[in-house]
Parts: sequence; C-alpha cells; structure tokens
Amino acid sequence: MDDERRRVLDLLCEDARYTAEDVARQLDLTPEDVEAHVEALENAGVVRGYTAVVDWAALDDGIVEAKVELNVELDRETGYEDISRRIAKFPEVTAFQLVSGDYDFALEVRADTMNAVSRFVSEEIAPIPEVTQTVTHYVMETYKADGIEFDDGETDDRLSYSP
Amino acid sequence: MSRLSERAERTPPSGIRRFFEIAEEMDDVVSLGVGEPDFSAPWPARKAAIDALERGQTSYTSNRGRRDLREAIAAHVTRYGHDYDADDEILVTTGVSEAMDLAMRALVDPGDVVAVAEPAYISYGPDASFAGGEVLRVPTRAEDEFRLTYDALERAGAERADLLVLCYPNNPTGAVMDASGFAEVAEFAREHDLFVLSDEVYAALTYEGEHDSIATQPGMRERTVVFNGFSKAYAMTGLRLGYAMGPSEVIDGMNRIHQYTMLSAPTTAQAAALEALQSCDDAVVDMREQYDRRRRFVLSRFREMGMECFEARGAFYVFPSVPGDDEQFAEDLLREAEVAVVPGRVFGDGGKGHVRVSYARSLPELREATNRIEDFLAEHR
Repeated sequence: MDDERRRVLDLLCEDARYTAEDVARQLDLTPEDVEAHVEALENAGVVRGYTAVVDWAALDDGIVEAKVELNVELDRETGYEDISRRIAKFPEVTAFQLVSGDYDFALEVRADTMNAVSRFVSEEIAPIPEVTQTVTHYVMETYKADGIEFDDGETDDRLSYSP
Repeated sequence: MSRLSERAERTPPSGIRRFFEIAEEMDDVVSLGVGEPDFSAPWPARKAAIDALERGQTSYTSNRGRRDLREAIAAHVTRYGHDYDADDEILVTTGVSEAMDLAMRALVDPGDVVAVAEPAYISYGPDASFAGGEVLRVPTRAEDEFRLTYDALERAGAERADLLVLCYPNNPTGAVMDASGFAEVAEFAREHDLFVLSDEVYAALTYEGEHDSIATQPGMRERTVVFNGFSKAYAMTGLRLGYAMGPSEVIDGMNRIHQYTMLSAPTTAQAAALEALQSCDDAVVDMREQYDRRRRFVLSRFREMGMECFEARGAFYVFPSVPGDDEQFAEDLLREAEVAVVPGRVFGDGGKGHVRVSYARSLPELREATNRIEDFLAEHR
C-alpha cells in the first residue's frame, strides 16, 4: 500500500470520526485526496466498517460479553470454512477467528444476560455436529478495547500557562 | 525598607502570571499556553525511576552526574554531530534551567554584555542579570522566519557582546536553523570573539530535516556550550533533568558552582534519564510524529482563518501574528473564547504582535480551540 494511503488508514484507526478535512490538515493533503483514499480502502475490503468502542459496563442495563473457545472435528466433506460460515451468521457472535494452539476457533459473544450467553452457546453452538468442545469465559472487567484504555489513571494536571 | 536584595527587587514577575490567575477563575479553558508535552514520560523511564527508589538509590551521585549517564549522553548526541568526553566535557544538571544559570555565572563578569536572540525563552535575560551581566536584545524578524542572521546581530550592535544566547528549535516561535544559517552566526561569533550558549532542548522535536547545532560549525566547539535535556524529548519536565556540554574548562567552572548550589542532579531522575536514552528512542519518534500531525493541523487551520503564520518546523509551538496588541488579544481571547495563548511580548520585544500557540494538546482539544479562535476572529473583524 502506498505510504500516503497507509497514513490515512492509521488516522482512521486512531479515530474513525475524523472528518476528511481533519485528516487532510494533519497529513498536508486535500480533503478530496483523503476521500479518494478512504473510498479505495473500502472498495479493496481493507476497511470493513466503522463502529464505536463501548465500555458496556458503563451502561445501566449491562451487556454480558464472553470469550468462547471452540474445538471442532473436520471430515472429508467439511472444512473450517463451512463451519465458519454458519457460526459467523449469529448476531450474538461479535468476533470470530480461527486461531493456532489448543483450540480451533475463538469467538466473542455478546448478549443481555449471562443466562442468554450460556443458552446461546449450549443451544446454538454446542449442537453443531462438528463441534466437539466449548469453553466459555465470561468477561469480568475490560481495561482496554481496540487500543483505547478505559481508565489510564493519568490526568492532565499541567498548568494552563507555562513558559 | 524592603528586606529583599536589589536583585530580587528588580526581577520582574513572569509575564504570564496575570493570565494564569484569570484562567484559574474560568472553568472551560482550552489551554494552548502550555510549554510542556501532554504525554507522560515513556513507561520504561518511569519504571527505572521506581526501581531506583525500590532499590534504595536515594543518595547523591557524583557532582557531574552518574558516569554511565554521562557516557550514554555522549553516545546519544553523536547523532547531532557532537563529540564530547563523558569525563570532563559533560555536566548533568537539574534541568536546562540550572545549566543555563551555571553557565552565566561561570562565564559572565559584572558589566559583561550578554546578547540574547529574541523572541526567547524567558530565563536567559534574568540569568544574565543575576550574574551581573548587561543584556543586549537581538531581535529576530518574522520575515526571516525568526532565524538569527549576521545582519540581525550587526543591527543590534552585538559586536560589543561577550556572550550570545540562542535557542533553536526555538521556544516560542518554533523556528529552526540549518547549517547555512548557523554558518553566518558562527562567522559573526568568531569575528567578534563571542562565546555562545546554545539551548537545544527541543533538538529531538525537529520536523522536516535533521537538527543542526552551531557547535558543529568550524571553530565553534571551543567557544560554545550546548544545552539539552530530557524535559521535551522524553516528556520528563517534572523530573528536572538536563545537561550541558562544552570545553572542559567551562564545564569545570560550571561544576565548581554546581557542587555548592546543587551538589548533584536528582538521583531518581538520573535513573529515568539513563533508561530513556537506552530504550525510549521509539517513544520519541512516536511522540514526534504525533506533534508533527498536530503542527500541520494547527498551521492549516490558521491558514484557513487567514491568520499570518510562518511554517514553524520545530518544538511544539506556532507563532502567528495577531491583529492589534498581542497582550490585549490574548486577554480578550481568554475571557471571551476561553482559549489560552501566550502573548509574544512575554518572550521579548521581537515577539510583539504575535502569540505563542502550543500544540502539545490532543487533536480533539486543538480542534475545539481552533474553532473557538475562528469564531472569535469572525466576531472581531
């Protein structure tokens, strides 16, 4: 990827709500240049979407998040791709990756209650014929998500004027 | 009759104190008046300070500073073309502020003339006066992008000076100088036998091109003290650690005063500084890249507002010219738009008609502040 496009991408990752003007001003480009880069990134499937980074624990009617480890058994007709297509469709699954190590898939699941999460795993995921084992980890506390620290404990106590 | 010495009596209060007091009464001020990074020191440096305390390293160090720190400094500054002996040509001090004061006291006799290139950091003049020197102001000009020139020195009558103080990258203007610019200043210094104090504390914050030092000009090493420190590059202002590098005779003279007035620079800070030099280059690059983006953002916003502002390429300041009196402008902007900037005259007469805008702020804050300035200007047009 050309250097300029990469820098636009870096800024979008820092704050996707930067306007084209904001990005242009920081990189000495025109807003039209920036828009063209963003469009190219979207068209190429590099940028897949934009979303908010949420501290769910800050909501009164909390959301429960869980990490689910999934083991599967493949056969001649069924590969990872076939299973993944099915699982990715569930709206409860917010992230889904094939990983190396002790288990095959890492899922992130989000639902209104712990009950809802376990029901989802036991009723929708576990019964899939290829799934041999699930391990569910409920998220107890989030300190950082998508590069954003929720409470870094650092305050700006600088004087308003200093030489 | 006052109990205070004449020296204390004639030292004026800082020009920013009044503004500070106004701002204290307000609750939604976005301050672009800060002269220090918005980052915290890189974690490895902080960790090294914590470790030093845990290990009970709470005693003095040698007067000149830890030997390993001086060696690390000597190795570090080779990137700027400097070559100083850790043994007797480097002195670790409590910030560049102490080093500057020491240099004045070690080099200035009563009645000596100290030329100060202005706009300049606020302490050079008072430091010279404390040492009994007479301050000669050498204004630099907006049309020269606040670079010091042979002509500026001549115009100010600097041939009668004994010492010349300069600071590039510059606080408050953000100006930088390159080798060709320093060549003519060096020529003047050699011709008129000036000793040079070169404050290079913003060296690491040079955008577009490499930092240059006057000390690397022919014949200048023996007549220059270079000042640098950890405050700006490593976001360690509160740890108070700087250093001076120069000919052994001068460094020795400075150390003789330092051993009585300070004994040694803070031990905890020296531990942090050593770690900073050893492992925090990446953090400095990262901070510099962020400053650079903010610099472009602010310059571009000022251009859009039609504010005249030369392209500052160093430190974390821009220095736009403002309509009318700079002090009045800064006060009105603070009271009406709740944006803090520092009037240029605080940094000497050469700064009149300008304000110092610090971009050591997050981008959302800079966006908010520049929007407020834009509205303020529109209302006053």
